Amino acid sequence: MLTAGFFYLFAVLAIASGTMVIVARNPVHAVLFLILTFFNAAGLFILLGAEFLAMLLVIVYVGAVAVLFLFVVMMLDVDFAELRAGFIKNAPIGLLVAGIVLVELVALFVTGASGGLPTAIPAAAPGTETLTNTEQIGRVLYTKYVYFFQAAGLVLLVAMVGAIVLTLRHREGVKRQSIAAQNARTPAMGLEVVKVAPGGAVIPSSEGPR
Amino acid sequence: MTIGLAHYLTVAACLFTLGILGIFLNRKNVIVILMSVELMLLAVNINLVAFSAFLGNITGQIFALFILTVAAAEAAIGLAIIVVYYRNRGSIAVEDINMMKG
Repeated sequence: MLTAGFFYLFAVLAIASGTMVIVARNPVHAVLFLILTFFNAAGLFILLGAEFLAMLLVIVYVGAVAVLFLFVVMMLDVDFAELRAGFIKNAPIGLLVAGIVLVELVALFVTGASGGLPTAIPAAAPGTETLTNTEQIGRVLYTKYVYFFQAAGLVLLVAMVGAIVLTLRHREGVKRQSIAAQNARTPAMGLEVVKVAPGGAVIPSSEGPR
Repeated sequence: MTIGLAHYLTVAACLFTLGILGIFLNRKNVIVILMSVELMLLAVNINLVAFSAFLGNITGQIFALFILTVAAAEAAIGLAIIVVYYRNRGSIAVEDINMMKG
């Protein structure tokens, strides 16, 4: 009974905040509602017994992806009200397509599943009762799916390099440290001995000592 | 009242539909479109984890893990492209992104 109550709490909150993500006027609010949606989805994962993925969702999505969104939304100086033009104009066709998709999806598993869908989480297989969810995932992930795990790491590496290459820019006129030039510098390059005539003045050359 | 697999699939279907609707409603705003894509990926993850739990097979959660990885990479690259585009054009309206007419 308690499980059912929590399921409905998480489900209703997830759908409500998901709705707010797409209708919020302020994109910052949209990102914050996205974070709420992720939190409620993590709650659903815990109800399903997938604690590891629930925590991963909180860490990866809330901690990294949503904050990245927040950074970009706040960094770009964009008139978001102007971008909302056509919101009402696109609504009828969007509602039509979304309604068809929803009806199809729900009809598929409410009526279409032969033999009915399972209504209870089955007991753990013999021999795995004492294993935690994390240990179960680890036992499979690092043996059977180890190459896919490595490939996932490669995907993240490529994404990281790509994001840096895309956004890095060298601006003109910014003084940077050149370690090679510093190491190559000798006393002769930094010192200039000038003969000053009595009563005269020394006007430094425009280049100055190197 | 027991919570069955159909309940979880319904929630996931609702979130997926919201993602589709978000793309239609915010056709001009790339950032909200990216957020809608994240919503759809989340719905897919809920489906996978629900099937994994109710069928007693851990593989679904492994797959959800990989989807999480790809979604994070996609968000990072997408936002980097948005930042570069904003630097070049000073706007992020989708209609303006037709320089590469193909």
